[in-house]
Amino acid sequence: MKHWFKLVSVCVVLVSSLVSVPARSDDVPAIAAASNIKFALDEIASQFTQDTGRKVNISYGSSGNFVAQIRHGAPFQLFLSADEKYIHQLQKYDASLGEGTLYAVGRLAIAAPKYSPLELDPELEGLKSLLKAGKLQRFAIANPDHAPYGERAREVLQGLGLWDSLKPKLIYGENVSQAAQFAVSGSTQGGLIALSLAIAPQFQAMGHYKVIPEALHTPLTQRMILTSKAGETAKVFYQYLQSDSARQVFSDFGFGLPEPDQSETVKPALVKSKLVKPELSQPETGN
Amino acid sequence: MDWEALWLSIKLSSVTVIILIPFAILASRFLAYHHFTGKSWVEALIMVPLVLPPTVIGYYLLVGLGSQSWLGRFLEQVLGQQLVFHFSGLVVASIIVNIPFAIQPIQRAFESVPQEVRDAAACCGMSPLKILFKIELPLVWPGVLTALVLCFSHVLGEFGVVLMMGGNIAGETKTVAISIYDSVQAFDFASAGQMSLVLLLFAITVLALTTSMSRRLGRAYGSRHS
Repeated sequence: MKHWFKLVSVCVVLVSSLVSVPARSDDVPAIAAASNIKFALDEIASQFTQDTGRKVNISYGSSGNFVAQIRHGAPFQLFLSADEKYIHQLQKYDASLGEGTLYAVGRLAIAAPKYSPLELDPELEGLKSLLKAGKLQRFAIANPDHAPYGERAREVLQGLGLWDSLKPKLIYGENVSQAAQFAVSGSTQGGLIALSLAIAPQFQAMGHYKVIPEALHTPLTQRMILTSKAGETAKVFYQYLQSDSARQVFSDFGFGLPEPDQSETVKPALVKSKLVKPELSQPETGN
Repeated sequence: MDWEALWLSIKLSSVTVIILIPFAILASRFLAYHHFTGKSWVEALIMVPLVLPPTVIGYYLLVGLGSQSWLGRFLEQVLGQQLVFHFSGLVVASIIVNIPFAIQPIQRAFESVPQEVRDAAACCGMSPLKILFKIELPLVWPGVLTALVLCFSHVLGEFGVVLMMGGNIAGETKTVAISIYDSVQAFDFASAGQMSLVLLLFAITVLALTTSMSRRLGRAYGSRHS
Protein backbone atom coordinates (compact mmCIF):
# COMPACT_ATOMS: atom_id res chain seq x y z
CA MET A 1 0.00 0.00 0.00
CA LYS A 2 2.84 2.36 0.87
CA HIS A 3 4.30 2.18 -2.65
CA TRP A 4 0.99 3.01 -4.16
CA PHE A 5 0.50 5.98 -1.92
CA LYS A 6 3.98 7.28 -2.59
CA LEU A 7 3.56 6.93 -6.33
CA VAL A 8 0.24 8.75 -6.33
CA SER A 9 1.46 11.56 -4.11
CA VAL A 10 4.58 12.06 -6.21
CA CYS A 11 2.39 12.23 -9.32
CA VAL A 12 0.05 14.73 -7.72
CA VAL A 13 2.89 16.98 -6.63
CA LEU A 14 4.58 16.82 -10.04
CA VAL A 15 1.38 17.46 -11.97
CA SER A 16 0.30 20.35 -9.81
CA SER A 17 3.71 21.96 -10.01
CA LEU A 18 3.78 21.58 -13.77
CA VAL A 19 0.17 22.43 -14.57
CA SER A 20 0.20 25.71 -12.74
CA VAL A 21 1.38 27.83 -15.61
CA PRO A 22 3.34 30.79 -14.27
CA ALA A 23 0.54 33.24 -13.73
CA ARG A 24 0.83 36.24 -15.96
CA SER A 25 0.26 38.74 -13.24
CA ASP A 26 0.91 41.65 -15.52
CA ASP A 27 -1.53 42.63 -18.25
CA VAL A 28 -0.02 41.11 -21.41
CA PRO A 29 -2.92 40.72 -23.81
CA ALA A 30 -3.07 38.00 -26.45
CA ILE A 31 -3.57 39.59 -29.84
CA ALA A 32 -4.57 37.84 -33.04
CA ALA A 33 -3.21 39.34 -36.23
CA ALA A 34 -3.40 38.45 -39.89
CA SER A 35 -0.06 37.11 -40.98
CA ASN A 36 0.41 39.69 -43.73
CA ILE A 37 1.09 42.44 -41.17
CA LYS A 38 3.68 40.40 -39.23
CA PHE A 39 6.77 42.43 -40.02
CA ALA A 40 5.02 45.79 -39.64
CA LEU A 41 3.23 44.83 -36.44
CA ASP A 42 6.34 43.34 -34.83
CA GLU A 43 8.02 46.69 -35.35
CA ILE A 44 5.04 48.66 -34.02
CA ALA A 45 4.78 46.36 -31.01
CA SER A 46 8.41 46.83 -30.07
CA GLN A 47 8.03 50.61 -30.39
CA PHE A 48 4.93 50.36 -28.25
CA THR A 49 6.82 48.49 -25.56
CA GLN A 50 9.59 51.08 -25.65
CA ASP A 51 7.15 53.98 -25.46
CA THR A 52 4.77 52.66 -22.84
CA GLY A 53 6.56 49.86 -21.01
CA ARG A 54 3.61 47.60 -21.81
CA LYS A 55 3.93 44.29 -23.61
CA VAL A 56 1.65 42.48 -26.04
CA ASN A 57 1.63 38.84 -27.08
CA ILE A 58 0.87 38.58 -30.80
CA SER A 59 -0.20 35.41 -32.62
CA TYR A 60 -0.14 35.45 -36.41
CA GLY A 61 -2.36 33.33 -38.62
CA SER A 62 -5.13 33.45 -41.18
CA SER A 63 -8.04 35.77 -40.46
CA GLY A 64 -10.68 33.12 -41.17
CA ASN A 65 -9.11 30.75 -38.68
CA PHE A 66 -9.00 33.46 -36.00
CA VAL A 67 -12.70 34.19 -36.45
CA ALA A 68 -13.45 30.51 -35.77
CA GLN A 69 -11.18 30.48 -32.73
CA ILE A 70 -12.56 33.72 -31.27
CA ARG A 71 -16.11 32.43 -31.73
CA HIS A 72 -15.15 29.34 -29.74
CA GLY A 73 -13.75 31.42 -26.93
CA ALA A 74 -10.12 32.13 -27.79
CA PRO A 75 -8.74 34.65 -25.29
CA PHE A 76 -7.69 37.21 -27.90
CA GLN A 77 -8.29 40.78 -26.75
CA LEU A 78 -7.66 42.46 -30.06
CA PHE A 79 -8.04 41.09 -33.57
CA LEU A 80 -6.37 42.69 -36.57
CA SER A 81 -7.99 41.18 -39.63
CA ALA A 82 -6.62 41.20 -43.15
CA ASP A 83 -10.09 42.02 -44.44
CA GLU A 84 -12.96 43.78 -42.74
CA LYS A 85 -15.27 41.04 -43.97
CA TYR A 86 -14.05 38.87 -41.08
CA ILE A 87 -14.68 41.61 -38.55
CA HIS A 88 -18.25 41.82 -39.82
CA GLN A 89 -18.61 38.07 -39.38
CA LEU A 90 -17.60 38.45 -35.74
CA GLN A 91 -19.98 41.36 -35.23
CA LYS A 92 -22.85 39.30 -36.58
CA TYR A 93 -22.08 36.73 -33.94
CA ASP A 94 -21.57 39.15 -31.07
CA ALA A 95 -23.49 42.38 -31.50
CA SER A 96 -21.87 43.93 -28.43
CA LEU A 97 -18.62 44.44 -30.32
CA GLY A 98 -18.06 47.92 -31.69
CA GLU A 99 -17.36 48.93 -35.23
CA GLY A 100 -13.63 48.60 -34.96
CA THR A 101 -11.27 50.77 -36.96
CA LEU A 102 -9.65 50.57 -40.36
CA TYR A 103 -5.93 50.51 -39.74
CA ALA A 104 -4.42 49.87 -43.17
CA VAL A 105 -5.18 49.17 -46.79
CA GLY A 106 -3.34 46.17 -48.16
CA ARG A 107 -1.66 45.91 -51.55
CA LEU A 108 -0.72 42.93 -53.64
CA ALA A 109 2.62 42.26 -55.26
CA ILE A 110 3.85 39.72 -57.75
CA ALA A 111 7.00 38.12 -56.43
CA ALA A 112 9.51 35.65 -57.75
CA PRO A 113 12.59 33.94 -56.40
CA LYS A 114 15.97 35.08 -57.64
CA TYR A 115 16.89 33.50 -61.01
CA SER A 116 13.24 32.70 -61.78
CA PRO A 117 12.42 32.82 -65.53
CA LEU A 118 9.35 34.87 -64.59
CA GLU A 119 9.65 38.51 -65.70
CA LEU A 120 7.93 40.76 -63.21
CA ASP A 121 5.66 43.62 -64.27
CA PRO A 122 2.54 45.22 -62.76
CA GLU A 123 0.24 44.05 -65.57
CA LEU A 124 1.41 40.42 -65.36
CA GLU A 125 2.52 40.34 -69.01
CA GLY A 126 5.56 38.30 -68.01
CA LEU A 127 3.34 35.74 -66.30
CA LYS A 128 1.11 35.56 -69.36
CA SER A 129 3.97 34.90 -71.76
CA LEU A 130 5.66 32.37 -69.48
CA LEU A 131 2.34 30.54 -69.21
CA LYS A 132 1.89 30.63 -72.99
CA ALA A 133 5.37 29.28 -73.52
CA GLY A 134 4.43 26.38 -71.25
CA LYS A 135 7.37 27.13 -68.96
CA LEU A 136 5.38 27.96 -65.83
CA GLN A 137 5.23 24.99 -63.50
CA ARG A 138 4.03 26.33 -60.17
CA PHE A 139 2.58 29.63 -58.99
CA ALA A 140 1.70 30.40 -55.37
CA ILE A 141 -1.23 32.33 -53.91
CA ALA A 142 -2.92 32.22 -50.53
CA ASN A 143 -5.98 29.98 -50.31
CA PRO A 144 -8.74 32.09 -51.93
CA ASP A 145 -11.42 30.33 -49.88
CA HIS A 146 -10.44 31.79 -46.53
CA ALA A 147 -7.46 34.12 -47.01
CA PRO A 148 -8.26 37.66 -48.18
CA TYR A 149 -5.03 38.03 -50.12
CA GLY A 150 -5.78 34.79 -51.93
CA GLU A 151 -9.24 36.05 -52.74
CA ARG A 152 -7.83 39.28 -54.22
CA ALA A 153 -5.17 37.34 -56.10
CA ARG A 154 -7.94 35.29 -57.69
CA GLU A 155 -9.74 38.52 -58.61
CA VAL A 156 -6.63 39.89 -60.28
CA LEU A 157 -6.03 36.69 -62.24
CA GLN A 158 -9.68 36.45 -63.25
CA GLY A 159 -9.72 40.09 -64.30
CA LEU A 160 -6.71 39.57 -66.54
CA GLY A 161 -8.19 36.39 -68.02
CA LEU A 162 -5.42 34.26 -66.56
CA TRP A 163 -7.36 32.30 -63.95
CA ASP A 164 -8.54 29.31 -65.96
CA SER A 165 -5.23 28.58 -67.64
CA LEU A 166 -3.24 29.24 -64.48
CA LYS A 167 -5.46 27.26 -62.11
CA PRO A 168 -3.81 23.84 -62.63
CA LYS A 169 -0.43 25.41 -61.78
CA LEU A 170 -1.52 27.08 -58.57
CA ILE A 171 -0.44 26.01 -55.14
CA TYR A 172 -2.28 27.45 -52.16
CA GLY A 173 -0.72 28.68 -48.94
CA GLU A 174 -2.79 28.27 -45.79
CA ASN A 175 -2.32 32.01 -45.32
CA VAL A 176 -0.50 34.68 -47.28
CA SER A 177 2.74 34.22 -45.31
CA GLN A 178 2.92 30.63 -46.39
CA ALA A 179 2.09 31.66 -49.96
CA ALA A 180 4.94 34.18 -49.81
CA GLN A 181 7.28 31.53 -48.52
CA PHE A 182 6.19 29.20 -51.35
CA ALA A 183 6.63 32.03 -53.85
CA VAL A 184 10.32 32.44 -53.10
CA SER A 185 11.07 28.86 -52.13
CA GLY A 186 12.55 28.15 -55.55
CA SER A 187 10.10 25.34 -56.20
CA THR A 188 7.65 27.82 -57.70
CA GLN A 189 8.31 30.39 -60.40
CA GLY A 190 6.60 33.03 -58.29
CA GLY A 191 3.38 34.09 -56.67
CA LEU A 192 0.90 36.82 -55.86
CA ILE A 193 1.43 37.88 -52.26
CA ALA A 194 1.04 40.75 -49.83
CA LEU A 195 3.22 43.74 -50.63
CA SER A 196 3.91 44.15 -46.91
CA LEU A 197 5.67 40.79 -46.87
CA ALA A 198 7.57 41.37 -50.12
CA ILE A 199 8.97 44.62 -48.69
CA ALA A 200 10.39 42.95 -45.57
CA PRO A 201 14.18 42.56 -45.65
CA GLN A 202 13.82 38.86 -44.77
CA PHE A 203 11.94 38.39 -48.03
CA GLN A 204 14.13 40.56 -50.19
CA ALA A 205 17.13 38.41 -49.41
CA MET A 206 15.43 35.64 -51.39
CA GLY A 207 13.29 37.23 -54.04
CA HIS A 208 12.11 40.37 -55.79
CA TYR A 209 8.70 41.89 -56.48
CA LYS A 210 6.55 44.40 -58.40
CA VAL A 211 3.47 46.14 -56.98
CA ILE A 212 0.10 45.26 -58.52
CA PRO A 213 -2.09 48.27 -59.43
CA GLU A 214 -4.88 48.83 -56.92
CA ALA A 215 -7.42 49.08 -59.72
CA LEU A 216 -7.11 45.35 -60.44
CA HIS A 217 -8.87 44.23 -57.27
CA THR A 218 -11.34 45.39 -54.68
CA PRO A 219 -9.58 47.24 -51.87
CA LEU A 220 -8.06 45.18 -49.08
CA THR A 221 -9.41 47.26 -46.24
CA GLN A 222 -7.93 45.87 -43.06
CA ARG A 223 -9.96 46.43 -39.92
CA MET A 224 -9.23 45.71 -36.28
CA ILE A 225 -11.55 45.26 -33.36
CA LEU A 226 -11.33 44.95 -29.59
CA THR A 227 -13.07 41.83 -28.36
CA SER A 228 -15.20 41.59 -25.25
CA LYS A 229 -12.14 40.29 -23.38
CA ALA A 230 -10.05 43.42 -23.97
CA GLY A 231 -8.18 44.75 -20.98
CA GLU A 232 -6.41 48.02 -20.45
CA THR A 233 -3.20 47.28 -22.37
CA ALA A 234 -5.15 45.97 -25.37
CA LYS A 235 -7.15 49.19 -25.43
CA VAL A 236 -4.05 51.34 -25.15
CA PHE A 237 -2.43 49.34 -27.97
CA TYR A 238 -5.57 49.76 -30.08
CA GLN A 239 -5.16 53.52 -29.75
CA TYR A 240 -1.44 53.29 -30.38
CA LEU A 241 -2.08 51.51 -33.68
CA GLN A 242 -3.87 54.65 -34.86
CA SER A 243 -1.05 56.99 -33.84
CA ASP A 244 1.15 58.72 -36.39
CA SER A 245 4.18 56.61 -35.59
CA ALA A 246 2.26 53.35 -36.10
CA ARG A 247 0.76 54.66 -39.33
CA GLN A 248 4.24 55.56 -40.49
CA VAL A 249 5.36 51.95 -39.98
CA PHE A 250 2.36 50.61 -41.88
CA SER A 251 3.15 53.02 -44.68
CA ASP A 252 6.81 51.96 -44.67
CA PHE A 253 5.67 48.39 -45.24
CA GLY A 254 3.67 49.34 -48.32
CA PHE A 255 0.22 49.69 -46.80
CA GLY A 256 -2.14 52.43 -47.84
CA LEU A 257 -3.41 54.51 -44.94
CA PRO A 258 -7.12 54.87 -44.30
CA GLU A 259 -8.47 58.29 -43.41
CA PRO A 260 -8.23 58.58 -39.63
CA ASP A 261 -11.81 59.79 -39.33
CA GLN A 262 -13.23 57.22 -41.70
CA SER A 263 -14.57 55.24 -38.79
CA GLU A 264 -14.69 55.73 -35.08
CA THR A 265 -11.17 56.20 -33.82
CA VAL A 266 -12.01 56.41 -30.16
CA LYS A 267 -14.79 54.30 -28.77
CA PRO A 268 -16.99 56.51 -26.59
CA ALA A 269 -17.13 53.79 -23.94
CA LEU A 270 -13.37 53.83 -23.62
CA VAL A 271 -13.19 57.55 -23.05
CA LYS A 272 -15.80 57.32 -20.33
CA SER A 273 -14.02 54.59 -18.44
CA LYS A 274 -10.79 56.61 -18.53
CA LEU A 275 -8.89 53.55 -19.69
CA VAL A 276 -7.33 55.35 -22.60
CA LYS A 277 -4.44 57.52 -21.71
CA PRO A 278 -3.54 59.95 -24.44
CA GLU A 279 -0.03 60.56 -23.07
CA LEU A 280 1.39 57.37 -24.49
CA SER A 281 4.93 58.67 -24.57
CA GLN A 282 5.22 58.60 -20.79
CA PRO A 283 6.64 55.23 -19.87
CA GLU A 284 4.51 53.41 -17.35
CA THR A 285 6.26 52.04 -14.34
CA GLY A 286 5.42 49.09 -12.18
CA ASN A 287 4.13 47.06 -15.07
CA MET B 1 15.60 29.73 -31.31
CA ASP B 2 12.35 29.88 -29.40
CA TRP B 3 13.25 28.59 -25.93
CA GLU B 4 9.86 29.48 -24.53
CA ALA B 5 8.15 27.21 -27.06
CA LEU B 6 10.63 24.40 -26.44
CA TRP B 7 10.12 24.65 -22.69
CA LEU B 8 6.34 24.70 -23.15
CA SER B 9 6.54 21.56 -25.28
CA ILE B 10 8.69 19.76 -22.73
CA LYS B 11 6.28 20.77 -19.98
CA LEU B 12 3.33 19.56 -22.04
CA SER B 13 5.05 16.25 -22.74
CA SER B 14 5.92 15.75 -19.07
CA VAL B 15 2.45 16.55 -17.76
CA THR B 16 0.83 14.31 -20.37
CA VAL B 17 3.10 11.38 -19.57
CA ILE B 18 2.74 11.78 -15.79
CA ILE B 19 -1.05 11.71 -16.04
CA LEU B 20 -1.35 9.19 -18.83
CA ILE B 21 1.13 6.44 -17.91
CA PRO B 22 -0.33 5.41 -14.50
CA PHE B 23 -3.77 5.33 -16.09
CA ALA B 24 -2.43 3.35 -19.05
CA ILE B 25 -0.78 0.79 -16.74
CA LEU B 26 -4.08 0.06 -14.98
CA ALA B 27 -6.14 0.08 -18.19
CA SER B 28 -3.77 -2.12 -20.16
CA ARG B 29 -3.43 -4.57 -17.26
CA PHE B 30 -7.20 -4.87 -17.18
CA LEU B 31 -7.37 -5.33 -20.95
CA ALA B 32 -4.58 -7.91 -20.90
CA TYR B 33 -6.09 -10.13 -18.19
CA HIS B 34 -9.83 -9.81 -18.74
CA HIS B 35 -12.06 -11.02 -21.46
CA PHE B 36 -15.49 -9.55 -21.84
CA THR B 37 -18.03 -9.03 -24.55
CA GLY B 38 -17.34 -5.96 -26.60
CA LYS B 39 -13.64 -6.03 -25.76
CA SER B 40 -12.67 -5.57 -29.39
CA TRP B 41 -14.89 -2.50 -29.55
CA VAL B 42 -13.21 -1.01 -26.50
CA GLU B 43 -9.82 -1.75 -28.03
CA ALA B 44 -10.93 -0.21 -31.32
CA LEU B 45 -12.06 2.91 -29.50
CA ILE B 46 -8.67 3.14 -27.80
CA MET B 47 -6.86 2.79 -31.12
CA VAL B 48 -8.99 5.35 -32.97
CA PRO B 49 -6.71 8.37 -32.38
CA LEU B 50 -3.97 6.43 -34.14
CA VAL B 51 -5.79 6.40 -37.46
CA LEU B 52 -7.73 9.67 -37.25
CA PRO B 53 -6.08 12.73 -38.75
CA PRO B 54 -5.06 15.12 -35.95
CA THR B 55 -7.19 17.82 -37.55
CA VAL B 56 -10.28 15.69 -36.89
CA ILE B 57 -9.42 15.37 -33.21
CA GLY B 58 -8.58 19.08 -33.13
CA TYR B 59 -11.92 19.91 -34.71
CA TYR B 60 -13.91 17.84 -32.21
CA LEU B 61 -12.01 19.31 -29.28
CA LEU B 62 -12.40 22.87 -30.59
CA VAL B 63 -16.13 22.48 -31.15
CA GLY B 64 -16.80 20.09 -28.26
CA LEU B 65 -14.84 21.89 -25.57
CA GLY B 66 -15.21 25.44 -26.88
CA SER B 67 -17.40 28.01 -25.19
CA GLN B 68 -20.14 27.30 -27.74
CA SER B 69 -20.77 23.79 -26.43
CA TRP B 70 -22.58 22.75 -23.23
CA LEU B 71 -19.64 20.55 -22.24
CA GLY B 72 -17.20 23.39 -22.73
CA ARG B 73 -19.35 25.76 -20.69
CA PHE B 74 -19.85 23.14 -17.97
CA LEU B 75 -16.12 22.45 -17.67
CA GLU B 76 -15.40 26.15 -17.68
CA GLN B 77 -17.71 26.60 -14.69
CA VAL B 78 -16.32 23.62 -12.80
CA LEU B 79 -12.67 24.34 -13.47
CA GLY B 80 -12.99 28.10 -13.55
CA GLN B 81 -10.86 27.90 -16.64
CA GLN B 82 -11.55 27.50 -20.29
CA LEU B 83 -9.90 24.47 -21.83
CA VAL B 84 -9.47 25.46 -25.44
CA PHE B 85 -6.71 27.97 -26.19
CA HIS B 86 -5.22 27.16 -22.81
CA PHE B 87 -2.41 24.91 -21.67
CA SER B 88 -4.83 22.61 -19.86
CA GLY B 89 -6.71 22.09 -23.12
CA LEU B 90 -3.50 20.98 -24.79
CA VAL B 91 -2.97 18.50 -21.95
CA VAL B 92 -6.44 17.02 -22.53
CA ALA B 93 -5.79 16.85 -26.28
CA SER B 94 -2.36 15.25 -25.85
CA ILE B 95 -3.76 12.63 -23.49
CA ILE B 96 -6.51 11.67 -25.94
CA VAL B 97 -4.15 11.57 -28.91
CA ASN B 98 -1.60 9.47 -27.04
CA ILE B 99 -3.87 6.85 -25.45
CA PRO B 100 -3.03 4.22 -28.11
CA PHE B 101 0.71 4.95 -27.86
CA ALA B 102 0.54 4.43 -24.10
CA ILE B 103 -1.76 1.42 -23.90
CA GLN B 104 -0.53 -0.65 -26.81
CA PRO B 105 3.05 -1.42 -25.67
CA ILE B 106 2.07 -1.85 -22.01
CA GLN B 107 -0.80 -4.19 -22.84
CA ARG B 108 1.51 -6.38 -24.97
CA ALA B 109 3.99 -6.47 -22.07
CA PHE B 110 1.31 -7.50 -19.57
CA GLU B 111 0.09 -10.19 -21.95
CA SER B 112 3.57 -11.68 -22.07
CA VAL B 113 3.75 -12.14 -18.28
CA PRO B 114 3.14 -15.90 -17.80
CA GLN B 115 -0.02 -16.86 -15.96
CA GLU B 116 1.95 -19.36 -13.80
CA VAL B 117 4.11 -16.59 -12.39
CA ARG B 118 1.10 -14.61 -11.29
CA ASP B 119 -0.60 -17.73 -9.94
CA ALA B 120 2.48 -18.67 -7.98
CA ALA B 121 2.66 -15.21 -6.46
CA ALA B 122 -1.01 -15.37 -5.52
CA CYS B 123 -0.48 -18.82 -3.96
CA CYS B 124 2.29 -17.37 -1.82
CA GLY B 125 -0.32 -15.05 -0.37
CA MET B 126 0.74 -11.84 -2.10
CA SER B 127 -1.97 -9.23 -2.41
CA PRO B 128 -2.95 -8.18 -5.95
CA LEU B 129 -1.34 -4.81 -5.37
CA LYS B 130 1.87 -6.45 -4.18
CA ILE B 131 1.84 -8.70 -7.23
CA LEU B 132 1.53 -5.64 -9.43
CA PHE B 133 4.47 -3.86 -7.84
CA LYS B 134 6.78 -6.79 -7.03
CA ILE B 135 6.15 -9.15 -9.93
CA GLU B 136 4.32 -7.57 -12.85
CA LEU B 137 5.77 -4.08 -13.03
CA PRO B 138 9.40 -5.25 -13.06
CA LEU B 139 8.47 -7.60 -15.89
CA VAL B 140 6.46 -5.09 -17.97
CA TRP B 141 8.91 -2.27 -17.36
CA PRO B 142 10.31 -2.31 -20.94
CA GLY B 143 6.78 -1.89 -22.27
CA VAL B 144 6.16 1.02 -19.90
CA LEU B 145 9.43 2.59 -20.96
CA THR B 146 8.49 2.26 -24.64
CA ALA B 147 5.09 3.81 -23.96
CA LEU B 148 6.71 6.65 -22.03
CA VAL B 149 9.19 7.47 -24.78
CA LEU B 150 6.60 7.15 -27.54
CA CYS B 151 4.16 9.46 -25.78
CA PHE B 152 6.76 12.00 -24.75
CA SER B 153 8.20 12.37 -28.23
CA HIS B 154 4.80 12.22 -29.86
CA VAL B 155 3.55 15.16 -27.79
CA LEU B 156 6.73 17.05 -28.63
CA GLY B 157 5.91 16.67 -32.31
CA GLU B 158 2.16 17.16 -32.15
CA PHE B 159 1.08 19.78 -34.66
CA GLY B 160 -2.40 19.48 -36.15
CA VAL B 161 -4.34 19.30 -32.91
CA VAL B 162 -2.42 22.17 -31.37
CA LEU B 163 -2.88 24.32 -34.45
CA MET B 164 -6.64 23.75 -34.45
CA MET B 165 -7.42 24.29 -30.78
CA GLY B 166 -4.35 25.99 -29.34
CA GLY B 167 -4.58 29.41 -30.90
CA ASN B 168 -0.81 29.82 -31.16
CA ILE B 169 -0.43 31.96 -28.02
CA ALA B 170 3.18 32.38 -26.92
CA GLY B 171 3.93 30.92 -23.50
CA GLU B 172 0.52 29.27 -23.35
CA THR B 173 -0.16 27.15 -26.44
CA LYS B 174 2.66 27.92 -28.85
CA THR B 175 4.54 24.63 -28.83
CA VAL B 176 7.85 24.03 -30.54
CA ALA B 177 6.23 22.43 -33.62
CA ILE B 178 4.01 25.49 -34.08
CA SER B 179 6.96 27.78 -33.49
CA ILE B 180 8.94 26.06 -36.24
CA TYR B 181 5.99 26.48 -38.60
CA ASP B 182 5.81 30.18 -37.63
CA SER B 183 9.52 30.74 -38.17
CA VAL B 184 9.38 29.25 -41.66
CA GLN B 185 6.47 31.52 -42.54
CA ALA B 186 8.41 34.51 -41.26
CA PHE B 187 11.38 33.51 -43.47
CA ASP B 188 13.36 32.95 -40.28
CA PHE B 189 15.04 29.79 -41.52
CA ALA B 190 17.93 30.11 -39.08
CA SER B 191 15.60 29.78 -36.12
CA ALA B 192 13.50 27.05 -37.72
CA GLY B 193 16.66 25.13 -38.56
CA GLN B 194 18.04 25.40 -35.03
CA MET B 195 14.82 24.23 -33.42
CA SER B 196 14.45 21.38 -35.89
CA LEU B 197 18.01 20.31 -35.19
CA VAL B 198 17.40 20.35 -31.43
CA LEU B 199 14.33 18.13 -31.89
CA LEU B 200 16.17 15.79 -34.24
CA LEU B 201 19.09 15.36 -31.86
CA PHE B 202 16.70 14.88 -28.96
CA ALA B 203 14.77 12.19 -30.84
CA ILE B 204 17.91 10.28 -31.80
CA THR B 205 19.35 10.47 -28.27
CA VAL B 206 16.12 9.34 -26.61
CA LEU B 207 15.63 6.45 -29.01
CA ALA B 208 19.23 5.28 -28.59
CA LEU B 209 18.99 5.50 -24.80
CA THR B 210 15.68 3.62 -24.71
CA THR B 211 16.91 0.83 -26.93
CA SER B 212 20.02 0.31 -24.83
CA MET B 213 18.05 0.57 -21.59
CA SER B 214 15.40 -1.93 -22.59
CA ARG B 215 18.15 -4.27 -23.78
CA ARG B 216 19.84 -4.05 -20.39
CA LEU B 217 16.52 -4.47 -18.60
CA GLY B 218 15.67 -7.38 -20.85
CA ARG B 219 18.93 -9.06 -19.84
CA ALA B 220 18.33 -8.38 -16.16
CA TYR B 221 14.83 -9.85 -16.12
CA GLY B 222 15.23 -12.45 -18.83
CA SER B 223 14.14 -11.34 -22.27
CA ARG B 224 10.77 -12.99 -22.43
CA HIS B 225 9.26 -10.07 -24.28
CA SER B 226 10.64 -8.73 -27.46
